[in-house]
Amino acid sequence: MGLTARPDSALSRVEYDPQSQDGWVTTRLDFLVNWGRANSLWPMPFGTACCAIEFMATAAADFDLARFGMERMSFSPRQADVLICAGRVPFKLAPIIRRIWQQMAQPKWSIAMGACASTGNMFDTYAVVQGIDTIIPVDVYVPGCPPRPEGLLYGIQMLQKKVMNERMSDRTIREEMEPDPTTQLYIPPPAIDEISEPFGNSINQTRSTP
Amino acid sequence: MTDQPESFDIVSVGRALVDAAPPVTPRNVLHRGGDANPSADALKQQFGDAIIRSAVGWGETTVFVARAHVGEIIRWLHDDPAQQYDYLVDVTAVEYREAENPIEVVWHLRSLPYRRFLRIKTELKKGSPLEVDSVWGVYHGADWLERECYDMFGITFTGHPDLRRILMWEQYKEGYPLRKDFPLRGRFSRSEQLRQALAANPESRYSMEELTVAEAFTEIPDDMRRRLASGERTGE
Repeated sequence: MGLTARPDSALSRVEYDPQSQDGWVTTRLDFLVNWGRANSLWPMPFGTACCAIEFMATAAADFDLARFGMERMSFSPRQADVLICAGRVPFKLAPIIRRIWQQMAQPKWSIAMGACASTGNMFDTYAVVQGIDTIIPVDVYVPGCPPRPEGLLYGIQMLQKKVMNERMSDRTIREEMEPDPTTQLYIPPPAIDEISEPFGNSINQTRSTP
Repeated sequence: MTDQPESFDIVSVGRALVDAAPPVTPRNVLHRGGDANPSADALKQQFGDAIIRSAVGWGETTVFVARAHVGEIIRWLHDDPAQQYDYLVDVTAVEYREAENPIEVVWHLRSLPYRRFLRIKTELKKGSPLEVDSVWGVYHGADWLERECYDMFGITFTGHPDLRRILMWEQYKEGYPLRKDFPLRGRFSRSEQLRQALAANPESRYSMEELTVAEAFTEIPDDMRRRLASGERTGE
């Protein structure tokens, strides 16, 4: 047997008819952009505790974050789209996660993975931030201690759904959070005290009503 | 069967334990008493009244020493050829729930050649300044251990080269978290805690010296060397 010549004669003779309707797709620009963004969210993993282990399991072969276009972990905030805070954040880390969030370029989203990142969990102590939403805005909260990979994937799908519903005409969703220059807080102190207040468990609610 | 109690009574169980043989480990080490570490007697001979008392629990010897003599006692334990405590396991402190009890500072020492373990304790009376000698001159490994002890209990180790907070950030103002009078959630409101935490510069936690390779010191520019020598911090 010998090698035969490649039948490339057809390739070189592709003819393009400007009047033809073949090969054209019309869509909304919103949809196209959102579709691209939602399916290539590059995560910035901010793993501080045991949730990071579940996050690694989510990224590994069994659960395979690559199915969502997220296999590229971005350890530089400049190239990241979604900050995934996996684990408790002590007060000492508060300026660091704030700075990482500010270094991320728009468009950007954030996921609070697990009970500690969302609320402080049982660490109602002098050292732990009572929910990272007191420091940075949060798009999706994933409950669990730690959440199973399915839980995180569900949260990611919720975020994708949120991204798909964005409108380019709505400029407010791209507005940067500007912290108050004197206090560096972006929500008023009474609101922080309110959401940081312990409120018991599912049976015993001790939270005061405003 | 008639003399069995009808229900489980924790008090009678407790009485049974009093009459039972005292607890021992599988290797027959007694809970209280037993052979003391020979270093305890050697310390008593060497330092006399500076050694307050010693006790043996689970085969481990604890020696209570006077606060003023901690430095020389640990130096002697390290240097004396018959002791050779060459490994500092831990430096920590204990505050008891009973407010009248003094705060104890604890050193765990190990002598690798003689295979001995010794626990040194000293008592710091509350109300008096919480100061004790640093053992950094004997064991450089005490550096971070003493910083942690200072951070959590507010005990000042005189002679430590760089005594500042290590776990909490350096500008932390709420006090010493492991003290019994420290409330679990801290002294300030959550918003105030967050405000102070966010005001901290995340890059000013290291001294320039720590960030510098010591061998490169002679090669760096003059002004940088001057700033290093004056103890300036980075990231300002």
